[in-house]
Amino acid sequence: MIKKRSYFKSRKLPYLLILPQILVTATFFYWPAIQGIVASFQLSDPFGFRTQFVWFDNFIALFTDSLYLESVLTTLFFSGSVALVSITFGLFLATMANRVLKATTLTRTLLIWPYAIAPAISGILWLFLLHPSYGVVAIFIEDWFGIDWNPLLESSHAMLLIVLASAWKNVSYNFVFFLAGLQAIPHSLIEAAAMDGASPFRRFWAITFPLLSPTMFFVTVMTIIFSFFESFGIIHAVTQGGPGGSTNILVYKVYQDGFIGLNLGSSSAQSVVLMGLIILITVLQFKYVERKVQYTG
Amino acid sequence: MSKTKCFWLVMAVGMLISFAGTAFAKPIDIHWWHAMRGARGETVQKIVDSFNSSQAEYRVIATYKGEYDEVLNAGVAAVRAGKQPHILQSFEVGTQTMMLSGAIYPIHELMADKGYKVDWSRYLQPVLSYYMNADGNLMSMPFNSSTPVMYYNVDLFKKAGIAPLSKDKSITWDELGEITGKLVKSGVEGGLVTAWQSWTQVENYSAIHDLPFASKANGYEGLDTELLINNDKVVNHVARLKSWMGDKRFYYGGQKYQGPKAEFIAQNAGVYIDSVSAIAKLLSEVKDFSWDAAPLPVESWMKEPQNSIIGGASLWVFQGLPKKDYAGVAAFMNHLAGTESQVLWHKETGYFPITLTAYEKLIADGFYLENPLQQVGIKQLTRRDPTKNSRGLRLGYFVQIRNIINEELELVWNDSKTPQQAMDSAVARSNTKLREFERTYK
Repeated sequence: MIKKRSYFKSRKLPYLLILPQILVTATFFYWPAIQGIVASFQLSDPFGFRTQFVWFDNFIALFTDSLYLESVLTTLFFSGSVALVSITFGLFLATMANRVLKATTLTRTLLIWPYAIAPAISGILWLFLLHPSYGVVAIFIEDWFGIDWNPLLESSHAMLLIVLASAWKNVSYNFVFFLAGLQAIPHSLIEAAAMDGASPFRRFWAITFPLLSPTMFFVTVMTIIFSFFESFGIIHAVTQGGPGGSTNILVYKVYQDGFIGLNLGSSSAQSVVLMGLIILITVLQFKYVERKVQYTG
Repeated sequence: MSKTKCFWLVMAVGMLISFAGTAFAKPIDIHWWHAMRGARGETVQKIVDSFNSSQAEYRVIATYKGEYDEVLNAGVAAVRAGKQPHILQSFEVGTQTMMLSGAIYPIHELMADKGYKVDWSRYLQPVLSYYMNADGNLMSMPFNSSTPVMYYNVDLFKKAGIAPLSKDKSITWDELGEITGKLVKSGVEGGLVTAWQSWTQVENYSAIHDLPFASKANGYEGLDTELLINNDKVVNHVARLKSWMGDKRFYYGGQKYQGPKAEFIAQNAGVYIDSVSAIAKLLSEVKDFSWDAAPLPVESWMKEPQNSIIGGASLWVFQGLPKKDYAGVAAFMNHLAGTESQVLWHKETGYFPITLTAYEKLIADGFYLENPLQQVGIKQLTRRDPTKNSRGLRLGYFVQIRNIINEELELVWNDSKTPQQAMDSAVARSNTKLREFERTYK
């Protein structure tokens, strides 16, 4: 086979060709990120007339604030729960949908739908179901189970509500990838295992699951990133970080302190921490989890 | 500096070129960014239109820029880019930030510079005092001001055998305890709900009972202010509400107004504390019961209750725009504070008229005979001259401080903390914010 390769006569042309992409990335990603990092070392009034360089004061203030550390734990708990719920259900639905023989396209389309809903709308929908005053499901829970359901006051109820709203949306996303992953698994392998007498559960565990591991890996990374950032809309619509700050995840706190409170130094420092945390989680996943991933089919 | 000069030069040349040929009599545009949408936005436009048609020199362009926080952020970004509007509406909690920004043209200076002799004593003092500096000079033009009052369900009161409340004289909190007790006994699900709990139950409670909310005259006299809301009286008030929760005489419906209002409209609660701006909403949304309003309750030991404090927003004028524009800004402010605009504003939105002249005209015209609800708030607001404790609150990072108070109250409501612990923690957390703010402006 002949290697296809383009040669540029001019040395400048390739740089010129990638320039638009570089410009876009630099303007919309690197420039704000660098500004954020600079601002995290400053104490500044919102209008930018008084700016002092304060070294690591903003970071020290954050890490000596017990509420901030609580917010870190809340975030980890929240994204862990969202990942667990949405991956489990996504995988379950994909396995089921993979066996559907009639109206496959319709079933699959319907299952993908929730992903097309904006996070804030998803939050509102769940709030309509579970609001203590007017939620249909909330009334059902109170009448049938006798639970005093009140996400406005009960931290655990509020957390459950936002986990459900976030996970529900993400189930569809995960479902798409799992379904694609499942369909890439050769039937002959599973049939061979079946002939050898492996039970359906055993076949799933010994063949399907390992072969799905690249998908699983990708989906886990994406879900965690989603729950760190995209869930903002859901929190904003449903709990606004309450009750008593119990659902105040990091990205929401950045918004509250920066946009609403105009405390730019602290919120920049928080964004930097958030960025660091995401980089750390992703690196850890690549380093330790990816080793166990089998890419060969 | 040279960059901005260069920018202005380019702008000026550009404007010259674009204006060459067009009529010279083109009016000067005055930009006003606000947060009033829907019906209120329409009233804003009416006031603007009447100004624009009254003269040909200036043209005010009012633009809705989103919610309060969005408008403030738009203003901040515009100032940073050197493209600020002439007038920006900022909510009351942003007062300290705006006042210290160094980007504003104080309204009292503007009016004096442009030759308007404003008799500030003819304004509603508790409204003015919120936007004055420590020397008593007005920094921004009060625009939409409201205060909390108490709404109650007349039908449920009748059913429980409770006499209707006075529109002038406050009942005591003890009496409210009895009333809500009777309501619950008569089968109503809950007694009292309150919107904006920090504003109504801590800020206004402190003002009405002449208790300092923060040291240094509520922050007016120095950035080294500290919160004082962990005093016995406020703590006891919170403890009382908490004890009422036990027998449903108080019911928590959420931090903002939507939840509590829904409970009141659904008749799950017989008494509802919220801003006077809720009148319009209740008028349009309540169909199946009659309701009325009364002043906020006071403690039995408070024989002469103070004025309540306002919420809402004021208009700030930015510096750094062409000199000739400011005469137009002042003319517009004068128009806005005029009796005609204020009467229209009050009638259509329920927000207070800012001048006594407008208030007196409304009384003379018999407006309050037909709309007695509208007067409950004004009477409560103006029942006494403001003291250092009741003229307003001047705190940095006030948005976060309110949020902290809301969080700590929620921790009382859900049994995580005792009222004393929560208020102590609210003070400590807020003081950290206040110190951070002080450091920024040192």
